Amino acid sequence: MANGVPMASAPRHLRRKLTNYIFVGLTSIATALALAALVMILWSLVAKGLGGINLAAITQDQPGGGADMGQGGLRNGLVGSLILCAIGMAIALVIGILSGTWLAEYGDASRLAGTVRFINDVLLSAPSILVGLFVYELLVSHLVGHFSAIAGGVALAVLATPVITRTTEDILRLQSNQLREAGMALGAGKGLVIRAIIWRASRTGLVTGGLLGFARISGETAPLLFTSLGNPFLSVNLGQPMASLPTIIFNFALSADDNWRRLAWVAALIIAVFVLSANIIGRALAARGSSHK
Amino acid sequence: MADALMAAMVEQAPRSKGPRGAPGSGNGDGLFHALCFSAAMVLMATLAGLLVALLIGGWPAFSRFGFSFFTSSVWNPSGTPDNPEAYGAAGPIAGTLITAFIAMLLAFPLAVGIAVFLVEFCPRRLAHWVGIAVELLAGIPSIVYGMWGLFVLAPWFAEHIQTPLLLDLDPDGFWGKLFSGVPNGANIFTASLILAIMVLPYIATVFRELLLSIPPYLREAAYGMGCTPFEVVRNIMLPYIRRSAVGAVMLGLGRALGETMAVTFIIGNSHALPHSLFDSGSTIASTIANEFTEATGDLHVSALIALGLILFLITFATLAAARLLLGREKL
Repeated sequence: MANGVPMASAPRHLRRKLTNYIFVGLTSIATALALAALVMILWSLVAKGLGGINLAAITQDQPGGGADMGQGGLRNGLVGSLILCAIGMAIALVIGILSGTWLAEYGDASRLAGTVRFINDVLLSAPSILVGLFVYELLVSHLVGHFSAIAGGVALAVLATPVITRTTEDILRLQSNQLREAGMALGAGKGLVIRAIIWRASRTGLVTGGLLGFARISGETAPLLFTSLGNPFLSVNLGQPMASLPTIIFNFALSADDNWRRLAWVAALIIAVFVLSANIIGRALAARGSSHK
Repeated sequence: MADALMAAMVEQAPRSKGPRGAPGSGNGDGLFHALCFSAAMVLMATLAGLLVALLIGGWPAFSRFGFSFFTSSVWNPSGTPDNPEAYGAAGPIAGTLITAFIAMLLAFPLAVGIAVFLVEFCPRRLAHWVGIAVELLAGIPSIVYGMWGLFVLAPWFAEHIQTPLLLDLDPDGFWGKLFSGVPNGANIFTASLILAIMVLPYIATVFRELLLSIPPYLREAAYGMGCTPFEVVRNIMLPYIRRSAVGAVMLGLGRALGETMAVTFIIGNSHALPHSLFDSGSTIASTIANEFTEATGDLHVSALIALGLILFLITFATLAAARLLLGREKL
């Protein structure tokens, strides 16, 4: 083979090398483009958001149209978003962890579990605006009868639950069967083994699932538009419409009022910081958890 | 909490011996099992409820307009005697499919490039961080993409791409027609561009995992034959992941189809069928987001929910196909 390389193949060799260099170049450019997009988006957020921050931005409620530059803030949206996310997470954590547990420990390989997994995957990627429509039909137009914070919280719960179900199942499956057998050998029933041993050993993973679920819902806008609607005043009444940062952004960004646009950028920056840090902490926890295995 | 449970277990252990010494019965195990099971059933009920709610809500519009709901592009919520209230979904449906398709055309090559670069060419330490950065793109909320698109991308695009093209091209020629439109940067193409950036991390991440799952001996054998990295990637690695890669693309497509806020900000929101790449349009999701809270007539609300049902069926089909192709793990 070594002596069989004819001289004629030199140009071909060159061509192959050249193609390869071009290919490496193209793939690097693709990566650079993605990174550039990330940097540009974060840069506009910081450049336009940081400039608009003042004390009023978190201590005052949203201003009326035509207010002086620098007037008004996002207090009603901040409080509203926290309450809505809290309702959503409370529901999603209970349902998500329990159903994830069922999938991993009880349902396992059964047909029914397969169906539930499929449905969970569909919900995981279902367009969030459809979830808003569903909750609107269910709560706003029938059970409650008007826009309310509860409806917004439920809509967010529907979005966060599949994330938590999925991570819970994955994380419980990582626990070794010896752990379960050891628990049972002590005389504990299956349920007790799960609650006292498996859940405990998976604590970090469950927190990760919660964080990822939180990251999923805290920036969500579409499902809130016609469930919690928005409210120009500070409100903590769960039965009434409630403000939230994303809906404020939606209303303010599309307006012609400069002060409103400034607040929209501030709100976008706040949301992005929340979501990205929840994402990063979640990932870091997950990475630390898996490096122990 | 767990300690208390442990204590409860120790306390109850002697009592919990069933007739055959079955361990644990009487600890509320049955109740716990039932709780877990009902939580799983709540998930199923949610999806069923979603479908039923959309069916019931959209029914008046479907029964009123029949098949023409899909083919007509007349969208007239304010009915007058001369010009009766009518709804046709052709515009939003076309907008949804076109933007998602263009987004995939743009995102697919980039995603392949990123995945190959990270797996084959990038130093491992760097690849870890670059991978995280790419995934962060997926973490940015869609309304932030929308604001960026509206205030940064659209003005730039209008000034540096749309206006020059408008001035240089013959308006009656093929290219002139393709690129015609109001030069404000809010159009089908910029919406697709934003969608492409948004779905890119999802596809790239799955591609990367797929490439990493290729058995090393395949690559090594190819390198051993003297293949260049390009030849290894093209002839060995990409064919190996072909099937799952299609699944990953479908997964991205599912996201692009249902994306709401970013598109609503930048697509221009007109219900007509788009005539050119730079024409304003609308998608199903953007139409619902824009009009739902302002819809006063029952028929208008019903038409919007009917749109939602169509979107649900399209995304459901896409996601189901993605899942079939990918298997469970990657979805």
